Amino acid sequence: MKRAHRRTGAHVHPVRPALLVPFLAALAAAAPVALAAQALHVPYQTFTLANGLKVVVHEDHSVPIVSVNTWYHVGSADERPGRTGFAHLFEHLMFMGSQHVPTGQFDKLLEAAGGDNNASTNEDRTNYWEDGPSNALELMLYLDSDRMGFLLPEITPPKVDLQRGVVQNERRQSYENQPYGLAQENILRRLYPADHPYHWPVIGSMVDLNAASIEDVQQFDRTYYTPNNATMVVAGDVTLREVRPLVERYFGELARGPAVTRTPPPAVSLAADVYATLEDRVQLPRVYDTWHTVKGFAPDDAGLEMLGDILADGKASRLYKRLVYELQIATQVAAFQDGGRIDGRFEIIATARPGHDLNELSQVIDEEVRTLAESGPTPREVERVKNSIEADFLGRMERVGSFGGKADRLNYYDYYVGTPDYFERDLDRYRGVSAADVQRLARDYLLRAHRVVLSVVPAGHTELAATEGASR
Amino acid sequence: MIAPRSSLLAAAIGAAFASVPLAAQQVDRAHPPILPPPPALRPPVVQTATLPNGLQLAVVEMHKVPVVDVTLQLDAGTVRDAADLPGLATFTATMLQQGAGSRGALEIADETAFLGASLNTGAGYDAATAQLHVPKRRLDSALDLLADVVLRPTFPDTEIARQRDLRRAQILQQRDQPVAMANLAFSAIVFGADHPYGRPQYGTESSTAALSRDRVVQFYQANYRPNAARMLLVGDITLREAVDLVTARFGGWARGEAPVVSDVQAPAASARTIYLVDKPGAAQSVFRIGQVGVSRTTPDYFPLEVLNTILGGSFTSRLNQNLRETHGYTYGASSQFAMRHAAGPFLAAASVVTAKTDSSLIEFMRELRRIRDDSVPQAELDKAKAYIALGLPGEFETTEGAARRFSELLLYGLPLDYFSTYIPRIAAVTAADVRRVARQYLDPDHFAIVVVGDRSKIEPGLQALNEGPIVYRDMWGQAVQ
Repeated sequence: MKRAHRRTGAHVHPVRPALLVPFLAALAAAAPVALAAQALHVPYQTFTLANGLKVVVHEDHSVPIVSVNTWYHVGSADERPGRTGFAHLFEHLMFMGSQHVPTGQFDKLLEAAGGDNNASTNEDRTNYWEDGPSNALELMLYLDSDRMGFLLPEITPPKVDLQRGVVQNERRQSYENQPYGLAQENILRRLYPADHPYHWPVIGSMVDLNAASIEDVQQFDRTYYTPNNATMVVAGDVTLREVRPLVERYFGELARGPAVTRTPPPAVSLAADVYATLEDRVQLPRVYDTWHTVKGFAPDDAGLEMLGDILADGKASRLYKRLVYELQIATQVAAFQDGGRIDGRFEIIATARPGHDLNELSQVIDEEVRTLAESGPTPREVERVKNSIEADFLGRMERVGSFGGKADRLNYYDYYVGTPDYFERDLDRYRGVSAADVQRLARDYLLRAHRVVLSVVPAGHTELAATEGASR
Repeated sequence: MIAPRSSLLAAAIGAAFASVPLAAQQVDRAHPPILPPPPALRPPVVQTATLPNGLQLAVVEMHKVPVVDVTLQLDAGTVRDAADLPGLATFTATMLQQGAGSRGALEIADETAFLGASLNTGAGYDAATAQLHVPKRRLDSALDLLADVVLRPTFPDTEIARQRDLRRAQILQQRDQPVAMANLAFSAIVFGADHPYGRPQYGTESSTAALSRDRVVQFYQANYRPNAARMLLVGDITLREAVDLVTARFGGWARGEAPVVSDVQAPAASARTIYLVDKPGAAQSVFRIGQVGVSRTTPDYFPLEVLNTILGGSFTSRLNQNLRETHGYTYGASSQFAMRHAAGPFLAAASVVTAKTDSSLIEFMRELRRIRDDSVPQAELDKAKAYIALGLPGEFETTEGAARRFSELLLYGLPLDYFSTYIPRIAAVTAADVRRVARQYLDPDHFAIVVVGDRSKIEPGLQALNEGPIVYRDMWGQAVQ
């Protein structure tokens, strides 16, 4: 999912969930066995306060640090027309002080305790974390509870203006001043109808950011920033015995908010292929093919991710081999499934080398998709991708905090599938995908479906764009 | 009301009244909680061995997750690039994976992924590195692959041509990246073309065209030697295992006479000048402000770490607070001393909205002068020191994190028990130390101020500031009319 972060240089949170954790293996009496055969889980305990705040505690005593990771179940998909980018702007305001924590003190107190923090917003949720030495736990809870319960008295129009300026600079830095930076919003607006929650980008538009008011802040806070619309994971060198009373003390008195209800938007599909061209300050043209697929954790979600890896993950992938290595007509290629709470999409992105146009690239992309749809991947390709996924999951189990660490992942699973410790079952989704599945997915979701084809070309060179009918 | 308390006390209360919600009690929100003492840092222990051919091994055991992270460090960085061929060191490192032993480029990539490994080869200024991250149960096979890549690269002509062409396109694409443009221009301007830190690490269009198999082979044979290399293994492995695994694969690697790199003096800094790189239509202006700084072995390392944390090294640092949180000119402002074998640059950096380019420069210069002119308040000093010292344990959480910190020690010949004295050395830094190093190492009268932005919109404002003459440069730092 596209994320907007509070800070520059934020870790990129991989699309793929992290997996498995044999750190308890040392406690288990069983002899070491092959990784894949191990029962892998992240043990946790959970309790829910009377006001609806759900808390998950995971103990990992390997390093004396703690992470407090809070997910508010609100994202850009909850924004109303004319206020795109607001969920992310609100995320920035969460750091501007609260009733008992003057502006600037959130960061100063944490840094003085050796801690760090960041936050990010995507279509479906907003996450916040503080990481630091384990003795800073109470400070983290004090700070987080104050902004959950007492934000509004401290938020004034000048503070909204200031963070509006910061966020608009984030939009300039990460999108407008980046080559191809406006591609995604141009795709989304063609892939989803105007009233669909995924129609606009998380960062929002400059016009809508300008329109955001203090009244919007108040309403958003009362609707979404409530204990019953949040889940908090406390993970690291702590115990339930010490976490629970502290959480009860700091969060227990906060008032429950109204229940959040959402009407799911109708299913979307494209009636025909959509071609569009965007001129940009770039040297080389790039083509983006985007299809509707399925939500995250839907039955075909994992297989579509593997399809993306087979097509474009690494030099051994099919599209890299053809486009970049053999034909040498592209500089880079990517393909991925991105499954959100409401819908999913599959993208293939390829950049041309000097002297080549996007129809050349599209023709090869279509050939490779067709070949996969007709003949399927080889057993080795499927196994290779599974091995890489398993290793990715394993590697990410090293970290408790930050984006994508165990605390964040427990919240991720809790939100999307309702079970924090879903690690092994998540891996099983990938283990269960066969070559025939990948073949079927390439056929049903790509070959036989309509797509948005966006060409981003150097200004004045629309002749380099991909054109309808040229490649099939 | 509950008096200021420790969390240990809170835990005791919680245990005693486990079923009584403490929420029933009034919470003192007026004051942040007083925290118990921080946990002690137990930096991981480094064990070492040296193979008969001179290859140094260092092992850090971390058994939480069954993975191993391997870093092979070779004295084959871009400082060894011939002046006529910038980009050779990075190109050679890339070429290691384009054919080795009996495998071709695609087979290496396929096998790496099949093992669930990641294998990266590249070069920085001071070293080339081959990095392997792999589940423990695949370590044997992955080390076979690493040994092939490092010891038996084949450098096929077809692959040289292929990578050369790809690199040419990538160099072209740098023109789209204002941040890359600013970094290239800043290095070239501060260090000049005669200094290795002034040359582009990935070469130019013409140097890329001149890359040949002969030059790659020559560079490889001269610089990839066990007696000029160090291997760090971090993770689910013991020293004994490591010695056996590595000896079996790297024991036969022949020593060589490693060429000596002579230090080149950085040019004397000119009077403060604004170097404007035009990027028509840019939504932001990218700043790089600075000069030649210090080497990693500077005796002032600890005061400089504290200085930089205060100035631009953390979110609450002065530059970020001023340019972002007070003025909203930018999404983030920062500074750093890039410390290398020889003195690397000091630089302050931000991407700012075009309309506030001049205002941003005023604030940059205000902060860069203030930290020299005024003593740092005690609370600000304490915060910075605590941030560095108390954040250290988190750096050793993952195998890759620990590898990053220990690699630095190996590369710069620092003692391997460095982190056991790190915290007291940070704690010893005083406000007077910070002021001394600020005055010694920051010289605003001689800063190079590089700005990549829309000249037509930003030049008049910059001119009016009188912070120095404005000259025009391209992304390579070369003069343009």
